This record gives sequence, structure tokens and C-alpha cells, in this order.
Amino acid sequence: MAGVGESVSTQMGMHTEPLTGRDIKTKFTLENEGGFGYHFARDVDFNRRAEIDCADLEPTEINGKIRDLMDSGHGSIVLRNPGAKHSLVVGILNRMNIIVDGSLGYFGCGLLDGPTVRISGRVGWSFGENMMAGVCVVEKNAGSTFGAALRGGDLVCKGSVGSRTGIDQKGGTIVVGGDTGAFSGFMMQRGRMVVCGNAGKNLGDSMYDGTIFIGGEIQDLGVDAVPADLTDLDRAWLTRKLTMYELLPGKGVDHFTKIVAGKQLWSYDNLEPTEKKLVL
Amino acid sequence: MAGTGYKGARIDDVDHFLKGGGIDSEREQTIGQHIGYRYDVNLLPDYGKLTPFLKDYLEFMGWDDLNWLEDVHMGYDDGQAAVFDRNINGWVAIPEDMELPDNQQDRDMIAREMLIKFQMSPDHPLVDLYQAYRKF
Repeated sequence: MAGVGESVSTQMGMHTEPLTGRDIKTKFTLENEGGFGYHFARDVDFNRRAEIDCADLEPTEINGKIRDLMDSGHGSIVLRNPGAKHSLVVGILNRMNIIVDGSLGYFGCGLLDGPTVRISGRVGWSFGENMMAGVCVVEKNAGSTFGAALRGGDLVCKGSVGSRTGIDQKGGTIVVGGDTGAFSGFMMQRGRMVVCGNAGKNLGDSMYDGTIFIGGEIQDLGVDAVPADLTDLDRAWLTRKLTMYELLPGKGVDHFTKIVAGKQLWSYDNLEPTEKKLVL
Repeated sequence: MAGTGYKGARIDDVDHFLKGGGIDSEREQTIGQHIGYRYDVNLLPDYGKLTPFLKDYLEFMGWDDLNWLEDVHMGYDDGQAAVFDRNINGWVAIPEDMELPDNQQDRDMIAREMLIKFQMSPDHPLVDLYQAYRKF
């Protein structure tokens, strides 16, 4: 193993200390185990159900009522008449079920960590932004930047979505039953995106890592996005995931195209000008 | 990693990053450090290897699959097996005396189980952060 002291860059005086070890170092200590939820999570019962009529309420009032119901142990909440209001069902760090009977505006279901949300209508842009864990299922269409900066969990749209789906995705799974717009998977860093229909221009542009599966036509690929072979593990996973959300095509998953990062951009700053031209 | 890839190359030795620190390519040797992740972030889970603890966790959460845990793998930091905890933005090292399975899929399941136990513990740093910075 070549140590930092032996490296060429060190000999050239470019740095004098290792760049590793900058992050927090911890060891597993499992002496004081908790349960299955965060220590600060509310104790809710899936069988306790309540409804909120959103018609005459502001978004902050609706989100406040959701938290009040969680405090009283309700694990299933139904939102009636959401009226496409913005920023609803956000910042919930709990397991629970939420059903939205209607449509949401922009920034719906952002910053979630744990709940299962079902929406019977449509959603606006940046739905599920920064979600950490949980499941969100949208029965109809979604706007642009669906699942922006997604970090974990499953984000499902059974209809079609706009452009820049999964921009800056850092984990999790985005599933689209219909088509997706231009620049989907832009700057993707990890995670998985499954689109049963077609993909617009510049798919996976500047993606750093992660995997995109497209069932239909791809208009064109972005910089450093390259096709890869579909493995048996991919097929098993795709079949499992699409079956879960009732989106498995009748002809199976063999026709899906797998797109991954070419990883030519990983050391972009270090490339020679001619190499940069080749990548771009 | 048996049956997995890293930076486009197939890696057959599951202990590759434990033995060598991952300084493989010419560029890595030039700069003297490993580039990128110390594991294959795209490796999909083999659901046949779920542990009883993970099955109980999924049932508790009401999920049909591993959900966010699909992105959790056993990685390798400074030649030691470790799991990356996104909630503290740092590696959590596996105890050195723990015997590791001979394949990445089983190691990933252990990593998922240990990470849940760690994150849900009252000793986790997020508990203090939540108290200090929560907005509602």
C-alpha cells in the first residue's frame, strides 16, 4: 500500500498531510440498543386513524395538525380537500401512514424520514425533495425535479413526470410508470431510477454514480452516461420493485436499458485539456 | 468484492479494500490516496440473505422491502470494515474481533443491522442534535 509520504504529489510539495481521516470516526457500541425507531420518534399506532379537512386551513396549520395527531398516537392520517396546497406533509421523522385524497402543490412530502404516503391526485414540482426514508406513491402525474436530492426510500409516480427528475439524487429509488423529461438523473450521485416509459434529452448528464433503468426510448444520453449490461440481480430487483407498485410491464423487465456513470468525470480537474474534450 | 464491480473493473476478492487500502490505479498511486467510495454503491441487495432482525424492522416500519437500507453497504475505511452513517456524516467501524462473512451480500446485511441498532440507540449523536436544533 502506497502511503502518502511516498506519493509523487507529496514529493512535489503539493501537500504534507493525508487527506483521509477528515470525517468523524466512531466504533459500534451496541450496549445500549434502542428499538426500531429513532429515540425521539413518536409512539404511534397504525390502527388509530384520523382525518383532517384541509379546505379552510393554511399549510402550516395542516402540518401542525398532523403533528398534534402524531402526539396523540395516531398512526394513520387522511388529508381531505388538500386543494394542491404547497409544502404539505413535510419533515416527518416517524413511521406512519398518510393518505392524501387529492393533489398537492410544490415541495410536497419534503424531508421525510419514515412514513408511507399515498396521494390519489397529482403533485407539483420538487415532490419528495431530500427524502431520507419511507415510501411515497403518486397515482397521477408529477411536476419537474421529482425526487430532487433524494437520499433514501421509494418515490413512485404512476403517471409521467417533468424534467430534471432525481436531480442530484444521493440515494433511494425513483420509480416512474410513464415518461420522464429532459435532464433526468442530472448530477446523480447514487441510488436507482426506474422509468417504465421514455426519457427526454440528456439522460444522466454528469452523473457521478448510481443506476438508471429505462423501459422505453431514450432521446439521448448526457455527458458521461453510458449503457451497461442488465444482470440477473438487476432483473430480480426490477421485477420485485415494479411488482410492489403494480407497475410490472406485461413483457417483463428484459427490455429495460441500464445506464450508469462512465466515471470519466471522477478526476475531471486532473485531466489534460485534450482528455477533457474527449469526455465532454 | 466477489461478483461486484468498482470503477468499471470487476473485483473478485471480497477483502480487496481490507488488504490493499484501495490504492490501485495509476492516478491513486500518484496522489497517494484512494479515490471515491470504498465499496460498490450500485450493488443491489440479495433479499434471500435478509436477517431475522431486518425482517422484524421492515415489519415494524410497514415496508415491503429494505427501503433506505438498499443504499447501505459494508465499506472499508483505512483498511478496516466500517459502515457510513449519513446521520453523523462519518464512518462507524465494525469491531475488529467480529468475523466477517466471505461475501459482500452477507456483509451488507450485517452492516444494515448494525447501522439500525446504532442509529436507534439513545446514545446516537442525532439525539442531542435533534434536541438542540429541532424546529417543531
